[in-house]
Amino acid sequence: MAEQNEIDHVSGKTTTGHEWDGIKELNTPLPRWWVLTFYATIIWAIGYWIVYPAWPLMSSYTTGVLHYSSRADVAVELANLEKIRGEKMVVLGSASLADIEKDPALLALARARGKTVFGDNCAPCHGSGAAGAKGYPNLNDDDWLWGGTLDQIMQTIQYGIRSGHPKTHDSAMLAFGKDGILKPEQIVTVANYVRSLSGLPTAQGYDPAAGRKIFAENCTSCHGDTGKGNQDLGAPNLTDKIWLYGSDEATLVETIANGRAGVMPAWIGRLDPSTIKAMAVYVHSLGGGQ
Amino acid sequence: MNKTVLAADIEIDGTGPLYAAHKQVYPQSVSGTFRRIKWGLMAFCLGVYYLLPFVRWNRGLGAPDQAVLVDLPNSRFYFFFIELWPQEVYYFTGLLIIAAITLFLMNSVGGRIWCGYLCPQTVWTDLFYAVERMVEGDRRERMRKAAARGSRKLERFAELILKHSIWLLIAWWTGGAWVLYFNDAPTLVKQLATFQAPMLAYIWIAILTATTFLLAGFMREQVCVYMCPWPRIQAALTDEWALNVTYKYDRGEKRTSLKKANELRALGQTAGDCVDCYQCVAVCPTGIDIRDGAQLDCIQCGLCIDACDAVMKKIGRETRLIGYDNDINIQRRQAGKPPIYRFVRPRTVVYSAMIAGVGAIMLYALLTRSLLDVNVLHDRNPVAVRLSDGSIRNAYTIRFLNKRAFDRVVAIDLDGPNNATLHVVGADSVTPDRPMIILARDTTTELRLLVTAPAEDNPEKSIPVKFRVTDIGLGEVASATDNFVSP
Repeated sequence: MAEQNEIDHVSGKTTTGHEWDGIKELNTPLPRWWVLTFYATIIWAIGYWIVYPAWPLMSSYTTGVLHYSSRADVAVELANLEKIRGEKMVVLGSASLADIEKDPALLALARARGKTVFGDNCAPCHGSGAAGAKGYPNLNDDDWLWGGTLDQIMQTIQYGIRSGHPKTHDSAMLAFGKDGILKPEQIVTVANYVRSLSGLPTAQGYDPAAGRKIFAENCTSCHGDTGKGNQDLGAPNLTDKIWLYGSDEATLVETIANGRAGVMPAWIGRLDPSTIKAMAVYVHSLGGGQ
Repeated sequence: MNKTVLAADIEIDGTGPLYAAHKQVYPQSVSGTFRRIKWGLMAFCLGVYYLLPFVRWNRGLGAPDQAVLVDLPNSRFYFFFIELWPQEVYYFTGLLIIAAITLFLMNSVGGRIWCGYLCPQTVWTDLFYAVERMVEGDRRERMRKAAARGSRKLERFAELILKHSIWLLIAWWTGGAWVLYFNDAPTLVKQLATFQAPMLAYIWIAILTATTFLLAGFMREQVCVYMCPWPRIQAALTDEWALNVTYKYDRGEKRTSLKKANELRALGQTAGDCVDCYQCVAVCPTGIDIRDGAQLDCIQCGLCIDACDAVMKKIGRETRLIGYDNDINIQRRQAGKPPIYRFVRPRTVVYSAMIAGVGAIMLYALLTRSLLDVNVLHDRNPVAVRLSDGSIRNAYTIRFLNKRAFDRVVAIDLDGPNNATLHVVGADSVTPDRPMIILARDTTTELRLLVTAPAEDNPEKSIPVKFRVTDIGLGEVASATDNFVSP
């Protein structure tokens, strides 16, 4: 400041020299402690740049002398977690599925692990309680498309269904209508026949003999002569009370006309073997396991 | 530097600080009945505290054999034949209620018995004073040495180092004994000695060493006067019949020197028994004058009684000029009536009844405490499952609590839905429809339970269901209820 600023006589303070229509501003500087703290934070920030990652570069960033990385922290934490799980998970990996289910401690471990992993990976389709939805099977019941033994469940989890994996289950329901195999009225007839298999009422004017004939010619190769299905082909049992897409005539017509080919991803490679095992045991223990 | 402000100054001008500077207390040694009682109780209390963790109690194989143990990692509390689980923490509530009312009862019978004889602050301070007296000498010597603060004699340094070393040793032992209640004592002692104990043990020992050292060595009576809420509370609990350490002013006043009193009495005039020797003040661990009457600072340790009795014996007067007494009797004596003591009063009767009542409830709860318990939790997602044959299944998580020290076999029976079957996931039952489960000793067992029933036999939306669990060997029964729900 070149010149001494004027002193305001009322308050006895110096003014800043700024004036607006005769109103002058008192000079009220920031408190000393505030300014010092501010400078301290600047010094701190410089120290921080040196020690921690701070500045972005073209293809990387300054790593700082500590080479700290939160990503590396996560890796360490995960490794520690595996170490904590350690032996138990090793036992889970080496025991047979049946043995796991017979040992209360292993069963509890597998169920706890399975439940967590199920929530993370399977719940979006099957629901958090594995109760399923239209097109996504309920895993609590005893109706299995591809088999409900421990080994079969594990097989399905590993390779998925129509997942593209070489070992996946990949047979599918044909689109009888879209592909011109059956005429629309034939589809309605056979839909009514399918309803009659599980004792559901049929539409008026429906011809059971025609239905049986269409069914025998088109459906029995997968669903069997009596409609009991075939787990090797993923063909559902049509005589029971459980319907994946629905049992009303309209839904059945839609199913027969367009076919069905639900997809489940293969989990092998995405989850480690002992986790897949835990999940198989978990799904089996939900109640429907055979 | 704080300027020392006398209490008198504050009262006069009313503008002084509300802080009264601490006056160092130098209690004199004393001997007599109450001193002996205090030594005895100190030995007992400290003995219990220091040695209890080493007492063994056989609970069978695999269970800890420490009589008193707070087993935090396994969430168990052991007290001789009692073993408590976390969900039984209400026993401690009962214990705390009894402890509180016992304090009230003590107070209405004999004043601050807790403060004077049993409180850890009193016991450890008393012990630390004993050490100080042993190292530095009695009241006069200590006062003289404290006054000669500037002198840099080697002896004095040696004395101080010795005193603080002994104090620290006691404090360290106190902290060390504390952690032994939380782990197997002999094992932990070995670990501590070889520096292999858990870090937490050292931290807690350090904390309790510090608090003992500070509270008993330096803060002393200030804890009672400024920090403790009990003196304030107990003032509301006392009454005119409660015995308190009392200066019997009806006998003592007017205070006169021995010589003058004899002269006055020779002339047929009255003179009090108190000869104003200040022995009661000299021995007081809180540095007060009992002759000022009942006061918050008085912890009623009875040492002034011993001091006064010694003087009274020496001058051939009746003892217990200071003694356990109350206002009613002072007034009665002044009126020429004999003193009366009443211990059975509505107050003491109610307190005793409350102690007995809570104690009886606790005892009953303890004796009838179930050692087999079962809880059941219905699956919420999905609530019910329809099976391929149309029947309905509900899944439950069932948790057994086996509080016995041995494994046992229980059978599960089901009441409720018609024609229901019961299946335990993972258990291939030898007896279908009546699953048998092995419950491991002293732990909880959690299982998944499936109840399946035909829909046509159970048309209701929700049916109450009861799981009955029976110990096959002992016949103990427990049950839990829930509902069987249709989709």
